[in-house]
Amino acid sequence: MTCLPQPVPGAKKLGLVIDLDTCVGCQACATNCKEWNASGHSAPLPDLRPYSAGAEGVWFNRVHSYEAGEGAAGRTVHFPRSCLHCENAACVTVCPTGASYKRAEDGIVLVDHDTCIGCGLCAWACPYGAREMDEDAGVMKKCTLCVDRIYNETIPEAQRQPACVLACPTKARHFGDLGDPESAVGQLVRERGGQPLMPELGYQPVNSYLPPRNRSSLAATPEEAAPTEIKNPLLRWMDRVLSR
Amino acid sequence: MNPAGSIVFFTTASGAGYGLLFWLGLLRPLGLVPGQGLVALALALLLITAGLLSSTLHLGNPQRAWRAVSQWRSSWLSREGVAAILTYIPALLLGLALWVDAPALALAAGLLAAAGAVATVYCTAMIYASLKPIRQWHHPLVVPGYLALSAFSGAVLLAMLAAFAGGGAVPALLAILTGAGALLLKRAYWQAIDTAPPIATIESATTLGFIGKTRPLEPPHTEQNYLLREMGFRIARKHAAKLRLIAQGAGFALPVLLALLALLLGGMPAALALSLGAVLALGGLLIERWLMFAEATHTVMLYYRG
Repeated sequence: MTCLPQPVPGAKKLGLVIDLDTCVGCQACATNCKEWNASGHSAPLPDLRPYSAGAEGVWFNRVHSYEAGEGAAGRTVHFPRSCLHCENAACVTVCPTGASYKRAEDGIVLVDHDTCIGCGLCAWACPYGAREMDEDAGVMKKCTLCVDRIYNETIPEAQRQPACVLACPTKARHFGDLGDPESAVGQLVRERGGQPLMPELGYQPVNSYLPPRNRSSLAATPEEAAPTEIKNPLLRWMDRVLSR
Repeated sequence: MNPAGSIVFFTTASGAGYGLLFWLGLLRPLGLVPGQGLVALALALLLITAGLLSSTLHLGNPQRAWRAVSQWRSSWLSREGVAAILTYIPALLLGLALWVDAPALALAAGLLAAAGAVATVYCTAMIYASLKPIRQWHHPLVVPGYLALSAFSGAVLLAMLAAFAGGGAVPALLAILTGAGALLLKRAYWQAIDTAPPIATIESATTLGFIGKTRPLEPPHTEQNYLLREMGFRIARKHAAKLRLIAQGAGFALPVLLALLALLLGGMPAALALSLGAVLALGGLLIERWLMFAEATHTVMLYYRG
């Protein structure tokens, strides 16, 4: 059914919080995502011409890098882009077959690969480029929020997290219930001022991006006091002697 | 957006077929089309069916296409499928009525077929008009444009067939009127999309606007991917101005002039003029439909190109 589930106040909204301040652009999340999903719910995650020129493949996570601002105030920001599991997910409502759906119980947006006809309309409807076609199987694939990890009772509890979150060496990725303002991710979004992507389109993304912290105070730190400004006469003498 | 050949052919062929079915369903029961009308109906159904079959070539799993009629409650693509299939019923009944010469059935089936044709083209247009990330499609003139182009190409075809059947000034007049209307609409649409502001910026797409102007530094991958091939198409924009001129001239202006000429000439010269007009109109519409895709931009390219 491609109608969206009725929004219920306090409903679970599983998603990611991505810290643009600490992401170092190492691509570990993208690589571990590809690794896990090549054999999980969305398997296979094919590559086209993998061993020749023009190699490409289906990835659920793409890490861009941007420059923002000018001069000393400018920043290089690494920016992982994946499915935002939107509340108002047009990728779901446009689907003609019901293959694309949003789960009522946790808000995860998934594709049923057995009923997808591969028309590609959901990829057109996604402003964020979260969906990529598996051109071998002729069906659409997308981030599953590692639905086959987070509820998987056969792996240790600490590892029941999306592969991208586990792989991140700087803890720039956090997973949790964004429908609960008191959850760890809910608090993080509140304290750091988490932002949605392209809010003007009205898709209401669940994933939130934490803005890079302001570094201007660091840049303005005064240099160490010059020797002539040392007030204590004894220290001033020592500094003079030792500086010879 | 990548102009997939199967989809461009589908919108042109099925659009013309539904236009033809619409005018035939309305005019034939009123006696405004000479001849039996079965040839026109056959041509309409041929164009519609060829277009619909072509559109399934675009699918990754065409054998599952039947599933596409299930989600009519939310999906315009699904509604299009339902409308297209349902329209076959009155269209075939119209054929039966014309065959056995049953005027009452022809009137009822004709009106229903005309309504079905409008509904199907409307659903097709809404598939595009409902996509917010593509500002050239998410535009109030897209739906009127689809309806006008369908009405125009259908009228040109009906005028041609009517001329061969010996007369029928009404279809030629309709071709002139809808052609002029479609041309004006298309020009207004082009002007509107050329001057409209972007719906989103790289700053809103990345949240980084608070730091300052944002520009891509390093791409996430060095080779192509599905997104770049499907939504990063940009060959046509280079030639857009010339292609627009060709589409306006060949697709609208010349067929309208030829229809005018046909009204003055009558007889066999009129039929030949309208045949040339129909070929030009369909050719021009293929270019126009191709441009409709090629000129459309998707917000995902903000992430790649800023």
